[in-house]
This record gives sequence, structure tokens and C-alpha cells, in this order.
Amino acid sequence: MDTHDPQPPPSQADARPVLEAPDIARVMTRIAHEIVERAKGADDVVLLGIPTRGVFLARRLADKLEQITERKVPVGSLDITMYRDDLRLQPPRALARTEIPGDGIDGKLVVLVDDVLFSGRTIRAALDALNDIGRPRAVQLAVLVDRGHRELPIRADYVGKNLPTSLRETVKVLLAEEDGRDTVLLGAKQTPQ
Amino acid sequence: MSKTLIRGAKVLGGEPQDVLIDGETITQVGAGLSAEGAEVVEADGKVLLPGLVDLHTHLREPGREDSETVLTGTRAAASGGYTNVFAMANTFPVADTAGVVEQVWRLGQESGYCDVQPIGAVTVGLEGQKLAELGAMHESAAAVTVFSDDGKCVHDAVIMRRALEYVKAFDGVVAQHAQEPRLTEGAQMNEGVVSAELGLGGWPAVAEESIIARDVLLADHVGSRVHICHLSTAGSVEIVRWAKSRGIRVTAEVTPHHLLLTDELVRSYNPVYKVNPPLRTERDVLALREALADGTIDIVATDHAPHPHEDKDCEWAAAAMGMVGLETALSVVQETMVDTGLLDWAGVAERMSFTPARIGRAEGHGRPVSAGEPANLTLVDTAYRGPVDPAGFASRSRNTPYEGRELPGRVTHTWLRGKATLVDGKLT
Amino acid sequence: MQRHLISAADLTRDDAVLILDTAEEMARVADRPIKKLPTLRGRTVVNLFFEDSTRTRISFEAAEKRLSADVINFSAKGSSVSKGESLKDTAQTLEAMGVDAVVIRHGASGAPYRLATSGWIDAHVINAGDGTHQHPTQALLDAFTMRRRLVGRDTGLGQDLNGRRITLVGDVLHSRVARSNVDLLHTLGAEVTLVAPPTLLPVGVETWPCEVSYDLDSTLPKSDAVMMLRVQRERMNAAFFPTEREYSRRYGLDGDRMARMPEHAIVMHPGPMVRGMEITAEVADSDRCTVVEQVANGVSIRMAVLYLLLGGAEFQTPSASAAPARTAEEN
Repeated sequence: MDTHDPQPPPSQADARPVLEAPDIARVMTRIAHEIVERAKGADDVVLLGIPTRGVFLARRLADKLEQITERKVPVGSLDITMYRDDLRLQPPRALARTEIPGDGIDGKLVVLVDDVLFSGRTIRAALDALNDIGRPRAVQLAVLVDRGHRELPIRADYVGKNLPTSLRETVKVLLAEEDGRDTVLLGAKQTPQ
Repeated sequence: MSKTLIRGAKVLGGEPQDVLIDGETITQVGAGLSAEGAEVVEADGKVLLPGLVDLHTHLREPGREDSETVLTGTRAAASGGYTNVFAMANTFPVADTAGVVEQVWRLGQESGYCDVQPIGAVTVGLEGQKLAELGAMHESAAAVTVFSDDGKCVHDAVIMRRALEYVKAFDGVVAQHAQEPRLTEGAQMNEGVVSAELGLGGWPAVAEESIIARDVLLADHVGSRVHICHLSTAGSVEIVRWAKSRGIRVTAEVTPHHLLLTDELVRSYNPVYKVNPPLRTERDVLALREALADGTIDIVATDHAPHPHEDKDCEWAAAAMGMVGLETALSVVQETMVDTGLLDWAGVAERMSFTPARIGRAEGHGRPVSAGEPANLTLVDTAYRGPVDPAGFASRSRNTPYEGRELPGRVTHTWLRGKATLVDGKLT
Repeated sequence: MQRHLISAADLTRDDAVLILDTAEEMARVADRPIKKLPTLRGRTVVNLFFEDSTRTRISFEAAEKRLSADVINFSAKGSSVSKGESLKDTAQTLEAMGVDAVVIRHGASGAPYRLATSGWIDAHVINAGDGTHQHPTQALLDAFTMRRRLVGRDTGLGQDLNGRRITLVGDVLHSRVARSNVDLLHTLGAEVTLVAPPTLLPVGVETWPCEVSYDLDSTLPKSDAVMMLRVQRERMNAAFFPTEREYSRRYGLDGDRMARMPEHAIVMHPGPMVRGMEITAEVADSDRCTVVEQVANGVSIRMAVLYLLLGGAEFQTPSASAAPARTAEEN
């Protein structure tokens, strides 16, 4: 991955880290173990990351699962842009890649992977998108950070860190693959001038 | 009859003088004339010109009274400073008989705003095949001397030759709409860089120039005079210049819009810029201005072509060709010729009054502003500058390409044989 | 992106690449069991066709339906349009019905531009071919096909056609496809050469951003893609060229000529092909010919255009600045 010097935008200038790189590595390992445990060996697990950072997290999880189970775990990506419920509130968005592993998802245990769980709308869109792709045996959700404030009846099955936040705060996940370093930042939301 | 004293007018742009009108005639021109018994118009340095003469107007009556009538067209003419307009023959029915031309002539007389001199068709129904009764139209009350199939070209060389010869008998003139028909099939705009990009059918300059070349040679051969309508290309200018240098009796006109606008405007696909002949390039515009200044092109004629709104409020290909021009002509000429230093006001009087009257043999029009002459006059506020507002037009149609464009000059007064038809910019 | 898609010349390089990249994602929908996205649910798109063109119409219709738009097909034949109703009246009727976008095919050059700029209608206007002016979605699907074949499906993402040599052969004068392609390919950095008899090139072509040649044989070895334009048999009658035989001998693409092209080079045609005139059956049916692919790619490109014009909020954005897929606020 091409890395560049991350220039934190002004809004993050006074953001403080709540997870550092070693913490992230540790919680990812923990989640991998939980998946193996709850999925009873994880032989039918398919990991689908939600772009952008969910995809990197899904690949990390897949690596860890392979270390634990000594088997390749199918991993892909699921772009939910076209399924969003707020498309008309924003300028048109560039699409990201949906990559479903070769054997598909029918009858599999799909674990959706994302960086932050917040309103739950992204996951709602992801469930809709999955519906058009196939019929999994079950769908589970893994997130690095759950910051609360759900607007839909959705919960995560695997959570790296529960992080109580206020709506005036922002949570920003930086990952080495995209941002050059691993960290989770909690900052204050900039009110528009 | 009443007297009018025009005080402090720059006659033909010269030093301020007073001009006294008594009845239908100019009786005195000089400094410090007595205002006794006369209504005084303070000219205050405005320019006084002979009443303008338009050799090329479409009044649309009979047949298309939804776009213009003789009355509304002559009111538009008076607003623009005209006292005599030549009405083109492409009406419904076509002005190809003594009956139709007399009707138009009489409607003009009744309007009282501007003299109307009908132009007769060269061929029956403008179809280019059979000569119309040119002699009968000349002998009618309308006394037609100018003949034209305008809108269509007299493309058959033999018919054109015969027409040129035939009108010699009564000192008539054929005004040719130069457009080779086969070269302009499906033509929508000037053929060139812009048409190539826009995908609109090209109207090559050569379609105009080849007919002009042929017709000056024909006129030379049969010893006749020929008039070229709305010349639009640099090449046409060269041909007319050559013909004049050979002593061929050719006269030519240019429209105000061809002095100002180019085919770049067609990029908007707005049919208000659709006109026949089409708007050409910057190079053509500059050549036309130069030719008008040096006398190669003799006159400015409006080609005032009113069309109802629906004929322009559509896609380009479906739209009618033509622009109204009577009420903006003088402003465009000031913008392109006077304010650029190419022509003085005496030159404007020459090209918009004296010479067109002479070409059309219009009695009592295009006369000098001097004692004993008919009081056909127009007073122009040349210091004015403002946007064109079609809502204020006297014409029934609004298809002007100048909407919102700032132009100089405003006609404030027009007198037709001593009678004011326009006072302070308002029709009487 | 602007509000409308009228001319390929209106697209910046970044706009065009964004459309191609978006189309690449749309293309993957065609491989799924359910070839449908909910994105334009509740949006109404009218296919307003004043000219018959079944292939373009069904391509747009497929794209609209895959994005879940409500589709109304309005063909001028048998409608009030043929009874003299003006474009303006038709537009205002559609406006009153609350349509969000009008896909218009019209025989008059500039009709879509008039529709978009005259104030007759608020909807987005997508030009599906106007007279001999423009056919921007055709140019986009052609560029998409070239990028896939010459740069690569995945390696092409984010890329333009810099330095690719594209040759367009045939009736350029009457071709909206040629005009659109010259504009777009130039924007994308390709080197374009037009090959045609002089009668089928417009006066003024020398100002276009391309080369012009009268000789096909010398151009073929220097071409990465050769696009054959349709030549209508009627053109013979207007003396654009003497006979069909002479045309195809000088400007038609047959097997021998195709063999002179570089090995990687492709043959394209916007369709419908006039076999025996500009292209022989041998070439048309060869695997270097992308005609069928172009049709499939047409649906992806039109989905991308519809999505980028209609998928977001109704306000102007700086050129090509599609928002990032997600922001931190939206998780």
C-alpha cells in the first residue's frame, strides 16, 4: 500500500488517541479468537470488509484467523454506497469495490467488518446489499470501535472497544494501509463557520 | 400648417444650427432662427439626419399579420428614424401582381407613419421560373422600381438575365438574394469551424459569392444595374469591389447584424441568431465594416424580418430565419461604424438615406437637410447608451438578437413631411 | 460533473475518469444474481426519443431499471409530437409530471442543449444523440471499452488513455459519434486520427484536436484501436463518393487490412454495422472486434452517468469531486 505522511485535518489537531497501534493489534487478535470460538472453528466464515477501512481490518482478521486455524479464510469487500439511505443529502459519491470471494456467500457465515459502529445505518445498508448478492447462513458484525448512538436496532457481535462518546465528538480510525499509522482518535466536532 | 423649430441640432453631425419646418417643407436652416409661431424642439446637440430609408424591410402584410402588419411595421420604422421603407415581396399572396403591390402601398399611405414603397417579385410566386408582370407593377399606383425574390435566389441564369434586361425599360433594378440553392440544401449556419463543431448544416460563403460573381457579369453583359441584398462575406466584398472597379453598375447593402454579430453566437443554439444569410466570422464582419466605410458597400438595409415568438422558441432546426432590425439599426451602425471612427454622421446619412433613396428611385426621400426640401428628418441622441429592451418595441415581433445588449444612440424625433411621427421617443 | 450531460466536450479529464471508474463498479452488478441496485428508487426518468433508435433506448432503459428508477418511454412516433406539438410543449408536459431526468434523442443538433438551457424544464438532461452534433454516452462507452482492452480492467482504474493511438474511419461529416469521440479521447490524452474521403470531413475539421488523413493503409499500423463509423448507402446519391465498391475498396476494413494493425489493436464500431460497406463479415466477427462488448459496456456507462447525475443531492459540486465514500460522521 502506498503510504503518505498523514496530515491530520485541523479538526483533529486536538484529537486524542484512545487506541494506539499495539492496542489495535491486540483487540484484533481477540476478535479473531472470539470468531473461532463462536463459529466453532470458523470453517464456513467469509469476512466482508466495508470500504474503506473495514476492508483492511477484514484482511488483518483473515490473517489472524489463518494463523489460528491454519486455513485460508475467504475475505472480500462490500461497498454499500448504492444502498445508502442518505444518498440525496450529499453530492454523488465515488463508488468503492465490492469483491465477493469465489465461492460466494450462500450458506456461509458472513462476518461484516467495519471500523466504527455509530448510527447503524451503514450496517443496515450492508444487510440490504448482501441480500442482493446471496443468502448467507448467518450474518455477524465485527467492529473496531462501538461509539454508541444507534438509530436502528443493530448491534455488533464482536467489538474491539466500547467507547462512550458525545454527539459533539468525532471518532477517527487511522490504519497503516491507508493513513500510514494505526491509531483511533477522539476529537471535537468542528461546528461549521 | 404648423411650424416647428428644431433648435441647436448638429445637422449631419456638423455645428449646431436651427432648422425651421413650415408645413411639409424645410424653410430655413441657420443660426438663431426666430421661434415665432413655431413649436420649439430643443435639440440640445443631438444629431439631425435626413429621414432614414430602408431598402429591405419585411412588413409581412398580407398573409402573416401575426408577426407584423403595415401599420405596426411602419410604427417600428418611425421609432427607428425611418421615413421610407421598401417592403419585400415575400408575402401571402406574393407581391407579384399590380393588385398586391397597390394594396401594400395603400396600407402604407393610410398608416401615416412612414412611406411604404412595395418591392415586386421578379418571378411568379418567387418560384424562379416565370417572370412576374414587372411592367404592370411599375405602372401601378405603387410605381414599383425595385424587384426581388428575396428569401429565394433568382438562381436560373437565364431568368436573371432576362429580368435584368427587362427592367431597363423603366429604370428598374433587380435586388438579388444571392444564395446558390444546391450549395445550401439543409444549411443552418455559416459553414466553418463553428458549424463543424455544432453539427449544424453548413452554409458556405461560396454559395453567396458565386451568385454575386455571376450576376455582376450578367449585369455588365446586358448593361443593366443590379443590387445585391444583404452581402455577408469578405469574398462578396472583393467581388463587388472588382465589379465597381470595372465600371459595372452594381450596388450592395449590408445589414446591421452582419456588421456586429458573428457565428460564435450560434454556440448557444438560440434561434434568435438564426438568419439568412447566416452570421459569419469576425473576419467577414471586419471586411464588411471596411467596405461600408470605403463605399464598396453602398448602403445599410435592415432586412427587418419579424417572426412570432413560437417560431423562435424552439430547437434551432425548426426555427424561422430572420431578425427584427428597424428599431435598432441606427444604434448598431453608430456602435460599429461611428464610434469606431470608420464613418462620420454625414457618411451615415449617405448610406442610410441618400443612397438607398437613389437606388430605389424614392421621390422626396434621401434629400439634403436644406431649405426647400421635404421635411423628412430624424433626430438622434448620440450620447445615449443603454440596454435594448424588446418590450418597448413598436414592432409586433420581438425577435431581436440584441436583447439586453448595451448600444449607443436613441432616435428621439422623426418627422414625415413635417408631421412628427415620433416625439421624445414616443410614437404620435 | 455538471447538471446535464450534453456534450463530451463539457467533461473534464477527472469527470471522465470518474465516470469510467464508476462504470467499472456498475459492470460488476451485471455478474450478480440480482442485477439491480436500489439507488434511484423513486426517481423518474423519461426516455424522450424523437428519432428511432432501439439499441440506444433499450441500453438506457436497462441502465435505468438496474438502478431502480421509474422509467417512462416516450417515442415521438404516434404521439402528439408528430401532430406538431413543439419540443417546448412536450418538455413542459414532462415537467408537470415531475420527471427527474430526460434522456433525449433528437434529429436536430442542439435540441438537448435548448432543452437544458431554455428554462422549459428543471430536470437533468442527458443527450442520447442529437443530429450530427454529439452522442456523449457513446463516446464514454467507447473510451471505457478502449481502457479495458488497452490498459486493463483493474489496472485501468483512475487511468486515462494517455498516448493511445485511436483511428476513426468513415463518415465523420454526418457523425455525432465522431465529434463526441474526438472531444473525449482528446480530453483523455489519446492521439486521434480521422480517416475519411475529403467529402465526408467537415469544413473546419482542421481546428479539431486530432490528425486527419485520407489514407487508411498508412494509418493502420500506427493504431491501437480502429473505430469504423457507419456509412449510409444514401450518401452515394449525394455524390459524397462514387460507389459502394469504391468506398469499401479505399476505406473499408477487411481481413487483409486488419492484419496490418498491431497485434494488440482492436476494431470498434458504434453499430449498426453496414457489412460489406465499411466492414467485412470476417472483421466484424473476429475476436478483435469489440462490437458486442461495446453494447454491454453501454449499460454500465449509462448507469454510471445516471448515478452521478441523479444519485446525489441537488447542488453544484466542484468538478469531479465526488464525495469520499464515507466520512467519519456516517458510521
